[in-house]
Amino acid sequence: MSASQPVEPRNWTGALRRRLLRELPPEKLLPDSQPAYMASWIYLFGVLTVAALAVVVGTGCVLALKGPSWWHLSSLGHYVNSMHLWSVELFLSFMVIHLWGKFFMAAWRGRRAMTWITGCVAFFASIGTAFTGYLAQQNLDSQWISTQAKDGLNSVGIGAYFNVMDFGQMLMWHIVLLPAAIGVLTVWHLVLVRRRGIVPPIGAVTPESETPTEQRTEKQP
Amino acid sequence: MNRKRPRQETPDSHAFPTRPYDLVKEALIALLAVTLLTFGLAALFSSPDEKPATISAWTQADPADFTATAVGELGGTSATAQYGPPYNTAADGQKLGPLSLQKWAGVKHPIDTANDLVLQPLRQTPEPAAVTAALAQWSAATTDQQAKWTSAYTDALGKAPNGDPAKVTSGDYGPVPALTARLLQLGRSGTLDAQLLAEGHYFQTDYTRALLFLADGSYLQDQARAQHLGGDQWGMMNETGNYPGQAWLWLYTFWYQVQPYKSSANADALVWGTMALLSALLLLLPFIPGLRDIPRLTRVYRLIWRDWYRDHPTPRGDAART
Repeated sequence: MSASQPVEPRNWTGALRRRLLRELPPEKLLPDSQPAYMASWIYLFGVLTVAALAVVVGTGCVLALKGPSWWHLSSLGHYVNSMHLWSVELFLSFMVIHLWGKFFMAAWRGRRAMTWITGCVAFFASIGTAFTGYLAQQNLDSQWISTQAKDGLNSVGIGAYFNVMDFGQMLMWHIVLLPAAIGVLTVWHLVLVRRRGIVPPIGAVTPESETPTEQRTEKQP
Repeated sequence: MNRKRPRQETPDSHAFPTRPYDLVKEALIALLAVTLLTFGLAALFSSPDEKPATISAWTQADPADFTATAVGELGGTSATAQYGPPYNTAADGQKLGPLSLQKWAGVKHPIDTANDLVLQPLRQTPEPAAVTAALAQWSAATTDQQAKWTSAYTDALGKAPNGDPAKVTSGDYGPVPALTARLLQLGRSGTLDAQLLAEGHYFQTDYTRALLFLADGSYLQDQARAQHLGGDQWGMMNETGNYPGQAWLWLYTFWYQVQPYKSSANADALVWGTMALLSALLLLLPFIPGLRDIPRLTRVYRLIWRDWYRDHPTPRGDAART
């Protein structure tokens, strides 16, 4: 071994760093260019979803600072609640359009199945978060939704452990557990997107292999 | 011999030509745009906040319905009293095919409607002498006798003009009229709301008992239907007033509008089972032949990447694997 060459320590931390740099080098994590085929308005809905999530979390944090009753008693609180509501409507609208776009692009191709799965689970978790938010409103809407939703949850045994009429339990799910899950899933999803890159058009071939006879066998999606 | 052509693999995206793209700038512009849009929508449309229904308001607005509901709770004939798990063992609950998931989950939130919703609140407040005597008479009676009293009083309320307890014909109702009349008084004064919400604790956040009592009557339902929140009004995805609600629940709500779900005694379990299956299909779509081919067969992708296909005609696009 050359004396001038730095010695790589053989420990877990070093192995993790090498793995991270190999799988996700800075130029992949924050690229300053994108494939030329990435040219459609549908691509905007991914970043719009993340942007709306940031507004949802931000307005939710303001509501959390003042407590769950604030928005019923203060006009400023009511306005912040309105922002929270509309950012949620935007968030889920953008997410659904993003999901349909990715479906028609068959965006799970090229070993991107986990990207698709994390996106779907994030979608389900978002529906659960919005639902618990409706339950935590402390008004007629939350009374009605909880007394109706209990039947569905009870019918499959979930209601025994997830009591939609327990305001405290629902508030904790809404502001702690489900947002944490969405946060983890979003980061995981974005890291996978950056790691694999933007899925190429269906049937596209790279310039150097742009011949009609190019065929290979696909690995797992 | 008919041999299948091998599907074309998806090439590495990093092997394609690139163009400059500023992700950070795009993200910040998107954040600014969504923030401004949210500010605007909130200022223009605000958000709904209908006051919650209370037992006090219920007793003022519809004392007959409250009294009939209270008799049902006392006699064990209300929806909650006959619900089954997780509140009691009066029924097995719904089934999903051969699976009794509701029963297997067990009674995790036990509620004895007669005690928890009627007798206990009466005992926890100063008792007029007539109520003390009525409570003693009720406690001393057999279960059969109690059921006869509540059944007879329920029938009599049904025959009275507008279900008005004051217009019930005389009969053998035991202590039931005295008990429910006192409960009505407690309801009107707001005491019953406080008692049911407190559930014996100073600090508590569980509204199960109060909400089940409200839901057993028709007052809460009338309020909800007036806001188009009823089950047959696609209520699960609606919001009070003219606001968009949980539109993303449209498919879940849809099943309740069609047969066989609509009229099934196991409708909730069937809808949950169906949605669980559909969710699993969506989640595992990349691995399901046929479903994962829909994008390739519908060719919507050619619209999305029309610029690319214009410059790079793909001779074997249909041979690509999805």
